[in-house]
Amino acid sequence: MHSTLGNEIIDGLIKALQLILSGDPTVMEITGRSILVSSSATMLSVLWGLPAATILGLKRFRGRFLLKGFFNAMLGIPTVALGLVLYLFFSKAGPIGFLHLLYSPSAMIIGQAILITPITVSFIASAIESVDPEIKDLAKTLGASETEASIAVLKESMNGVVLAITASFNRAIAELGVVLMVGGNIAGLTSVLTTTIALETTKGNIELSIALAIILLLIVSVLSISINLIQRRKT
Amino acid sequence: MRKTYLVWVALLVLAVIGSVAGTMYYLGASTKNRLLISTTTSLYDTGLLDTIETEFETKYSIDLNFISVGTGIAIQHAQRGDADLILVHSPTDELKFLTEGTGVNRKIIAYNFFAIVGPETDPAQIRGTTPFQALSKIVESGRNGTTKWVSRGDNSGTHVKEKSLWRAAGFNLTTLTKESWYINAGSGIGETLKKANYFSAYTLADVGTYLKYYKDGLISLKVLVEQEKDLLNVYSAIAVNQTLHPTVNFDGAMAFVRFLISDEGQQIIEQYGKADYGQSLFYPAVRLLKENTEPTIAQWIKEYAFFNDTECPPEYRKGYPELYN
Repeated sequence: MHSTLGNEIIDGLIKALQLILSGDPTVMEITGRSILVSSSATMLSVLWGLPAATILGLKRFRGRFLLKGFFNAMLGIPTVALGLVLYLFFSKAGPIGFLHLLYSPSAMIIGQAILITPITVSFIASAIESVDPEIKDLAKTLGASETEASIAVLKESMNGVVLAITASFNRAIAELGVVLMVGGNIAGLTSVLTTTIALETTKGNIELSIALAIILLLIVSVLSISINLIQRRKT
Repeated sequence: MRKTYLVWVALLVLAVIGSVAGTMYYLGASTKNRLLISTTTSLYDTGLLDTIETEFETKYSIDLNFISVGTGIAIQHAQRGDADLILVHSPTDELKFLTEGTGVNRKIIAYNFFAIVGPETDPAQIRGTTPFQALSKIVESGRNGTTKWVSRGDNSGTHVKEKSLWRAAGFNLTTLTKESWYINAGSGIGETLKKANYFSAYTLADVGTYLKYYKDGLISLKVLVEQEKDLLNVYSAIAVNQTLHPTVNFDGAMAFVRFLISDEGQQIIEQYGKADYGQSLFYPAVRLLKENTEPTIAQWIKEYAFFNDTECPPEYRKGYPELYN
C-alpha cells in the first residue's frame, strides 16, 4: 500500500491536468464556486474591515488596545467553532433562521467573511501603523483634511493592504469548517473545493481528491506569486 | 469626515444587499422548489441517491439537495426545521421522532442487512457464528490484545444498531467503550470501514456500503457474520411536520416519498449496483410488505421496524391516505 503513494500522487497530478485541460464541468463548477464564494467573502470583509482597520491604525481612543487584542486573538479562530455558532444562528430554529440562508452560498459567503475579518483588520491596521506617522502630519501641514491625510497614509501602506487581502482570501478558500457546517456540501449548490476533497476521499475517489487539492494549491500559490511580482515591479 | 463615513456605510449596505441578491439570483429557480433531505450516510456514500436524483429530477421540477450525515444528526436537522425530509434507519429513534410530533408519514422504502466484517485472518474466529457469539469472541480477543473493534461512534443508525447488539449480547457499553481495543471512529460508514481496514479490525457495516467499498478495492475486510434476523437493516423516509415547521417543503417531500415507493423508484433501488457489484446493495421493501412476497423477511421487518403493526400509526399520518393502502 505504502509503495503506491508516489504513484497515487503522480496519477493524481496527471488526472488533475486532464480534468483541468478537458474543462470537466464538475471540476469547473466546484472551482468556480470556491472562487466566487471566497472572493465575495473577501470583498465583504474588506468593506467593513478597511474602515475599521484605518480607525484602529490611526486614531488613538480608549479601548483601542483591547479591540486590537480582540482581533489578534480571533486570527486563529477554529473554523469548526465558528461554523457551529453560525449554524445555530442560521438554523430555522435560530435567531436569523427566518432569512432562510442555511445551506446556501450566501451563508457560506457571510460565514467566511466573518472568519477572515480579523485577518483583514489586524494586517491592515499593522500596515498602517508601520507607516511613518510624519506622513500624516506632513499631509496636514500641506493643507489636507483629516480624511485626505488618512487616505495618504493608506496609500503609503498599500503593499500591506494588498497582502492582508491576499492572506484573507487564502484563508477563506482553504477553510473547511465553516463552509461544511453552514453550506452542507450539497452537490451542485454548496459544494466547494475543500468540502468535495473531504467527501470524495471518504468515498474513495482519491484521484479526484488529489486533482481538486492540486487546483486549490494552484489557486492559492498563483495568486500569492502574482501579487508578489506586481508589488516588486512597482517598487 | 462625516461624509466619508456615510459613504462607507452606504457601500457596506449595498455590498450586503448585493451579495445576498446576487446569490439569490445565482441560486435561480432552485430556491423556489428545493427539497432538503438529511440522509443516512450509507444511502449517499454508495451513490444510490445520486442515481435516484437524476431520475427524479427529469420528471419533477424539484431540486433535491442531500445532506449526508447519519441518522442521529439527520433527526436533529429535522427537529430544528432545517430539513424537509429524512432518510434514516433506526426504528427506535424514528418512533421517538414520530411521537414527539416532528415527523409524519413514515414509509419503509428499502432494507438490507448489517454484517460483522473483519480481517480475512479472523483472529477472533467469528466466521460462521451468530452475531452475539461473534461479539463475545471479539471482546475476548480484544482483551487479549489480538484484535480491535471500530465503532461508528456518531449516533448514526448503524451505531445505534451496534449498541443494541452489544447490549443484547450482555455487555456494558460504558465500560466497553473505555477499553483500548474499542476504537471510536466518530465518522460516516465509508470512513469507518476504511479505518477498520487500516487497523485490521472488526466493525459493523451495512452490506450495501461494504460491497461497494470492497469491490472498489478500498478495503480488504471480509464479511464474517451476516444474513441474520438480528442484523436486519430497514430504511425509511419521514417527512417533517408542516404544522410544526411551516416553512418546510412538505408537498415536495411527499412527492419524493411517493416517487421512492413507486414501482419506478423501487426498481431503481433494486437495480442499483447489480451491474457493478454483482448484486443489489439495497432491496426494495414496498412490494414485499404489501404482497408478502418473501414471508420470512416481511415478518422480520414487521417485528423490527413496525410500530403497532403498521409502518406509520394513523395518528402520525397527514393526508396522502393512498400511501398506506
